[in-house]
Amino acid sequence: MKRRMITLDGNEAAARIAFLCNEVIAIYPITPASPMGEHADAWSAQSQRNLWGSVPQIVEMQSEGGAAGAIHGALQSGALSTTFTASQGLLLMLPNMYKIAGELSPTVFHIAARSLAAQALSIFGDHSDVMAARTTGFGILFSNSVQEVMDMALIAQAATLQGRIPLLHVFDGFRTSHEIGKIEAVSDETVRAMIDDGLVAAHRARALNPEHPVIRGTSQNPDVYFQARESVNPFYQAMPAIVQQCMDRFAELTGRHYRLYDYYGVEDADRVLILMGSGAETAQETVDHLNAQGEKLGLLKVRLYRPFDAATLIAALPATVSAVAVLDRTKEPGGDGEPLYKDVLSALAQGVASGEAPCSTLPRVIGGRYGLSSKELTPGMVKAVFGELKRDRPKNGFTIGIHDDLSHTSLPWDETFRTDASHKAVSALFYGLGSDGTVSANKNSIKIIGECTDLHAQGYFVYDSKKSGAVTVSHLRFGPEPIRSTYLISDDEAHFVACHQSVFLERYDMLDKAEVGGVFLLNTTAPPDKAWDTLPRKMQQQIIDKGLKFFVIDAYRVADESGMGQRINTVMQTCFFAISDILPQGQAIDAIKQAVEKTYGKKGKQLVEMNFRAIDTSLANLHQVTVPAVADSAFERPSVVPENTPRFVQEVTAKIIAGRGDTLAVSQLPADGTWPTGTSQWEKRNLALEIPEWDEELCIHCGKCPFVCPHGVIRSKVFDPTLAKKAPETFKHVPVKGKEFPEGWHISYQVSPEDCTGCTLCVDICPAKDKQNPGRRALNMVPQPPVREQERCNWEFFLSLPEFDRRKLRPNVIKEAMVTQPLFEFSGACAGCGETPYLKLASQLFGDRMMVANATGCSSIYGGNLPTTPWAHNAEGRGPAWNNSLFEDNAEFGLGMRLAVDKQAELARELLQKLRAEIGEEQVEALLHAEQNSEPGIYDQRERVAELRKILKGIDKPEARQLETVADQLMKKSVWIIGGDGWAYDIGFGGLDHVLASSRNVNILVLDTEVYSNTGGQTSKATPRGAVAKFSAGGKPTAKKDLAMIAMSYENVYVAQVAYGAKDIQTLRAFLEAESWDGPSIIIAYSPCIAWGNDLAHNHEMQDLAVRSGHWPLLRYDPRRLELGENPLQLDSKAPSIGYRDFVANETRFNMLWRSHPESAEQFLHESQEEAQAHFHHYEQLAALSFQKSDTGEDKEK
Amino acid sequence: MTVDLRTRYLGLELKNPLVPSASPLSRSLDSARALEDAGAAALVMYSLFEEELREQMQQAAFLEQQEVGYSEAESFLPVHAEPGSGLDAYLEQLRRLKETLSIPVIASLNGVSLDGWVENGKLLAEAGADALELNAYYVAADPSISAGEIEQRYITLLSELRGVVSIPITVKLSPFFSALGHFVSQLESAGANGISLFNRFYQPDIDIDSLRVAPTLHLSHPGDNLLAMRWLGLLSGRVSLSMAATGGIHRAEDAIKMLLAGADITHLCSALLLHGPKRLREILNGISAWLEESPYDSLEQIKGVLSQHHAKDPADYERASYVRMLDSYKVNRTAWD
Repeated sequence: MKRRMITLDGNEAAARIAFLCNEVIAIYPITPASPMGEHADAWSAQSQRNLWGSVPQIVEMQSEGGAAGAIHGALQSGALSTTFTASQGLLLMLPNMYKIAGELSPTVFHIAARSLAAQALSIFGDHSDVMAARTTGFGILFSNSVQEVMDMALIAQAATLQGRIPLLHVFDGFRTSHEIGKIEAVSDETVRAMIDDGLVAAHRARALNPEHPVIRGTSQNPDVYFQARESVNPFYQAMPAIVQQCMDRFAELTGRHYRLYDYYGVEDADRVLILMGSGAETAQETVDHLNAQGEKLGLLKVRLYRPFDAATLIAALPATVSAVAVLDRTKEPGGDGEPLYKDVLSALAQGVASGEAPCSTLPRVIGGRYGLSSKELTPGMVKAVFGELKRDRPKNGFTIGIHDDLSHTSLPWDETFRTDASHKAVSALFYGLGSDGTVSANKNSIKIIGECTDLHAQGYFVYDSKKSGAVTVSHLRFGPEPIRSTYLISDDEAHFVACHQSVFLERYDMLDKAEVGGVFLLNTTAPPDKAWDTLPRKMQQQIIDKGLKFFVIDAYRVADESGMGQRINTVMQTCFFAISDILPQGQAIDAIKQAVEKTYGKKGKQLVEMNFRAIDTSLANLHQVTVPAVADSAFERPSVVPENTPRFVQEVTAKIIAGRGDTLAVSQLPADGTWPTGTSQWEKRNLALEIPEWDEELCIHCGKCPFVCPHGVIRSKVFDPTLAKKAPETFKHVPVKGKEFPEGWHISYQVSPEDCTGCTLCVDICPAKDKQNPGRRALNMVPQPPVREQERCNWEFFLSLPEFDRRKLRPNVIKEAMVTQPLFEFSGACAGCGETPYLKLASQLFGDRMMVANATGCSSIYGGNLPTTPWAHNAEGRGPAWNNSLFEDNAEFGLGMRLAVDKQAELARELLQKLRAEIGEEQVEALLHAEQNSEPGIYDQRERVAELRKILKGIDKPEARQLETVADQLMKKSVWIIGGDGWAYDIGFGGLDHVLASSRNVNILVLDTEVYSNTGGQTSKATPRGAVAKFSAGGKPTAKKDLAMIAMSYENVYVAQVAYGAKDIQTLRAFLEAESWDGPSIIIAYSPCIAWGNDLAHNHEMQDLAVRSGHWPLLRYDPRRLELGENPLQLDSKAPSIGYRDFVANETRFNMLWRSHPESAEQFLHESQEEAQAHFHHYEQLAALSFQKSDTGEDKEK
Repeated sequence: MTVDLRTRYLGLELKNPLVPSASPLSRSLDSARALEDAGAAALVMYSLFEEELREQMQQAAFLEQQEVGYSEAESFLPVHAEPGSGLDAYLEQLRRLKETLSIPVIASLNGVSLDGWVENGKLLAEAGADALELNAYYVAADPSISAGEIEQRYITLLSELRGVVSIPITVKLSPFFSALGHFVSQLESAGANGISLFNRFYQPDIDIDSLRVAPTLHLSHPGDNLLAMRWLGLLSGRVSLSMAATGGIHRAEDAIKMLLAGADITHLCSALLLHGPKRLREILNGISAWLEESPYDSLEQIKGVLSQHHAKDPADYERASYVRMLDSYKVNRTAWD
């Protein structure tokens, strides 16, 4: 039988089996498991059917806890049910997992294993999450490769039905979940043969059913709980054999035979490595290599980790083994070794003691940690571990893969060690921009090679944590044998290196990776005869030394001339095939064309023709450069950060920016996750092709451009013009308009050219238009490169000018408020981000006294992802203090901050009272009763606290020492709780609600993008009716939750709904009012997002249409007005003045439904239109109610 | 006694002269069926817009290319939800309408460029359209393009299309042709089987609060039809292609006037959107009732009897009545005192 090969990633492999074998699938997005849910949702939307001919029901829940609850209910009601998750998501499922296992309910949860948030969050892979679930009673079955994911998903499903023990089917996040591999498909027939309908019937028969009712979930007491807990033992005892039986049955069907504990290596091995997960693949590759050289090594792959079958595990070991190393991909701080090590050790000890072990004496057993957060495990590292086993006193509790100069746990390894496998496969590396299509072209190439040849293929993609200008590095391997290299392409290994953006020449040492005699392809606008001169000297030398063939193409020109704009993927893909010799050129070109036809054939002939043109013209424009004998470049790759940066930035941050973070030693990193703020200023990314240029003649100094700039790159400053005497010649400044500033002072609007992303929103908002020259404004986009150096100098000078005295500014006037320094700058958010202007505004108004609790999501990633972070500090060192706890607990986290601040302020006041005599009556009174509702008031209190500290130094009393530790709390703190709609509307709503009800002075900012943006646009309860989002492919059928109305129901909560692009002044007022309200406040901020499918250059228009259509009424509910006998609710936008259709027609997320589901699109539109009208009318009526007190003191109703 | 309401339009035998024009009503099989049940003699499908197809293509490309290289999200909108091409959806709807209805279905193409239209027209014919309506919706805003060039564009488009499809073709025209009669006869020579008078342009409006130009959609009103009636009257008997009246036909009286002026059929749109399918039945009943009381036995007999060709005073259709009408207008005195 011809085996059917398919090319897919681990997530899809798991999802395919899960979809076939289940009826109810409850999902919640979390990286890196989200794609499994997305696939299942997609297939369900396309009415694909499961094994029993029915379309599985997919439900998105409000959290993983909710998903687990729903699964528990579905299992108890007899449905075959599953979910997909990782990391914190798995932790949220733990309570239910105990229940599900306790009730012996068969299910398989598919886990893309990921690190847990500890000193920091990490989205990458390790086993910390799974290890935290090992006590739940779930079995744990590991897959090590994409092939195994598909195989083991099915084996797990068959085994759980038979043994009734629920299973976690685990594979490594990213390394396996996102690796694309060519694998042998598990056919539907195999699935059919593996799943016993008798067992399915038995599961259904156990369901809760009023026809024959039972009760489960009773409450048991000391008399029986213990015994009942022990009653499941036979099931756990039987489970390993059941799993093995399923593996055996699977082997009969497919020829792929797995064992619970798969031994690999020579029969008489003296040293054995034990591990689980993708690292086992690299270990196998290394064992092969070393054994071929005469070593006697073995590898034990642990597949079934729970129930742990100690006897079978030790029986799998060769009798000759004298030393064992157990590698754990997790850390159990404070433990006496990690879990797998401990389990193996006790298994061996028991086995030897009882005489059941194959060896008569206990081998030496050491344990170590590797691979946390997807840290590489290379053959060199595996070799080092085997090497350690040979030593007389091998290290126990070692680490491999890092340099631990602190606790000296790490083993050294040979970074240059390569296995034979690296020579058998062709390796190719591609450096691209996320947005240029490099990754999709490479995925496509893998498919082509997979389908057109017998070669095995592997693709792994290193993505960016930045959202704008994200860089991707694609690692592709092709070879005649299965590829087990679960590590990145190493130095001197790549046969082919492609640089898809010439700016990367300045950033990455990409030719370090090239092998001798390899090929280097560069996309450059430089003509072939000038391309050599654009390379840094080191690169030229590498090309000469390694004898690389050097090819160039101007892919942007070819793409543009073919009508493809900036999309260079097809061009570069064609070049790859043309010069990599993997496929005959003609065959490759045909295959690329077929792929284009398949992708675009149904979508438009022109698209196909454009791509064909690009393919055909690529070859004609591909040139080989004759490599000179001598490297003669006039420049070297510039240093990553300027020389004047702080030491920490030089020594740590700069290395991470340069992609050399792996080389940082343990002692260089903060132990408790504390990092300096304001580091984004050191990472100059030069993303913008064009930047705004200020026309000082036209400018009216309105302040709107700094207001809307998502990245804080355009700023205004008002200053004494005498300070500008030493300004660079091109630095622009003019007398400031308006009498609010000192006479004769100047204003400058300056752009940071290297931080601008070129989003154009400042130009869009600029109201100053040139009547003589239509289209020209006070800001106009100009090409960046020619002005980069000049504007860089101007920016530096601008920064050197003093900030205007905050005390003299009226914060409620945009022009004046925008003179203040943003303390949120240059984040990695998308160009044109709709969220960041709100954060920047808050940082300008309150940044120097702000504490931020930030829910996980976009804002925690662009706000807190290393290497550099945007929350900054001012010249006095003050600025927002920021932390991200989790996704689900952020409101509570922020409330905790408030409680601490309030408690300590109270303590400080008590201590002041106690020290009244020593400090002085007048000082104490002033400190206690300070007005801190204005900038002058806050300034004065800071002065008083500074003075207090001086006085305290002279007081020799314990109270004085205590007061010194809490004196800062006498200065007003502004506590902000920030997160997206996924947090506020869904996973964190319970906590948010509780905090709203707390009466405490916290400011909640909801950045409402109406989807889970960070994980890729999944539906939340903020998603409007009719919008297409992931998990709502047919348009969301229900209306958006009215969070403002819910918050208003508390009556003592300040509530605002804002959209700065529609009415900036209302946004400004709302922020000021919310912050000044001494109680809970919530601002729900409309934030256009790339997940809506529109170019964010139209961000403001989208906001405006949302407001004018009634989708997003602007409002403020201020409880203070009640005291004044005024209606607390003010509607700040007019009744809908355009149809809802005009709003939705403008946005892809809505209008794509008109084509996919026209009838429901019309129906949703009709309903939304009516809702928008009714909704507004309702608010209008509420805002019109009279709250005047009557003479009798009772409220007078209109 | 039942009167004979049959009419011949584009070579099609129709049971009566009421044909709903291109509107969202043909997007749903239910509303299309309701129109047939109410008595519609044929149905013009909603238009297949050239710019919509172009936008759809761009959107399809966008959805294919939405990755930004960010580690947590390979895409943002569900790619699988991406609809097929608008053309495919249109062809599918045409097939479904043909399956569902027994009356003729006329497909409508809206655009101006030659590119792709001939091919699309062919596909519509193959999918079973009984006729094609070319909706010539074009605002000639470019001062460098002459009237002749614009007319020639339509003629070329029509001739090309005529070369590849054998089903009848009708052209829906705007009133802004300087020599409409001449142009219509050219269309006839180029192979048009009919014309439809007149297309309504949706006019932009200015919102004085926001200082923005915003599109508006105003449905037609009864009485909006006199321009079409005049031209039907002028052309009837002078050209031999079929003629349809469109725009502002809300009552039986409106339809009868058009027929008397020379229309073979009258289209209905706003009246149906506003009042539902029952309005079609009401108009049909109105025409029957009027015909029963009239000296005529059949609809065929009344077509064009009051055209200029047959008019007692041909000048009524031309300029002469202009002066008379102006003079006859009574000034509202109270407004002027």
